[in-house]
Amino acid sequence: MPLLNALLSGLIFGAGLLLSGMANPAKVLGFLDVAGAWDPSLMLVMIGAIAVAFLPFRFARTRTKSWLGEAMSLPRRQQIDRRLLLGSALFGIGWGIAGFCPGPGLLSIGLGLPQGLLFVLAMLAGMALFEVIERARAAKPSPPTSR
Amino acid sequence: MAIDWAAFTPLSALAGGTLIGLGTALLLLGNGRIAGISGILGALLRPATGEIAWRVAFVSGLIAAPLLWPLLAPRPVVHVEAGAPALLIAGLLVGLGTRYASGCTSGHGVCGLARLSKRSLVATLVFMASGVLTVGITRYFLFA
Repeated sequence: MPLLNALLSGLIFGAGLLLSGMANPAKVLGFLDVAGAWDPSLMLVMIGAIAVAFLPFRFARTRTKSWLGEAMSLPRRQQIDRRLLLGSALFGIGWGIAGFCPGPGLLSIGLGLPQGLLFVLAMLAGMALFEVIERARAAKPSPPTSR
Repeated sequence: MAIDWAAFTPLSALAGGTLIGLGTALLLLGNGRIAGISGILGALLRPATGEIAWRVAFVSGLIAAPLLWPLLAPRPVVHVEAGAPALLIAGLLVGLGTRYASGCTSGHGVCGLARLSKRSLVATLVFMASGVLTVGITRYFLFA
């Protein structure tokens, strides 16, 4: 049942990306191009999504188990550190180069876009690189304490 | 800044956003999980993680959405300007950056902001600013 729910969630999320036009990198770049002809659509996509998810998140905070009996797993971290800032900055550069973020990237595989597949493979390589770097750092006897 | 009224699609943007919010709420209330795509995908590369199945199910739904979409509506217009080298660099940066930031447009931009997380607000402002700068530099300086 939880698996079916996750599948359905992905389907609805993906349909939302398609309907909103965010599966189209050219439209996303139109949002990021504030100096040119600016397309504010992405802002409304976020506002719509946040408005719908706001109350469910308030409700989720009061529960320890989901409706299907799974543990309620919400982020606890609040620290604004170098990893968050540098990571977000790197992500933004990549986003601005091609107009793909992770969701639309995955979606583009279903759309049959060879460019999307190439992007996703490179993205997976970037994620794997993160795992390799972090594992190497964790393996060191005394990791640098630069946070 | 001038709004491109011909490209601006407020109704479908809001409606699509609503669906994204619904998918997010469903995963949260049913599975107890945050619909953050980079986190869901990235943790699949960590063999130690016990819970693989729900992540694969969610990602499958995401990839299946465009396959089922033609049953409901015409196929959306998609245009990719970037060539292969740009896509490779973009993908690497997005993969590495989102894992260090612990989130992307969905995890921080939608879920985090809906939770009123200050950390996610900072992340969202940084990746938006960085994306805007990147588009500005590539469009008006490098390839002007």
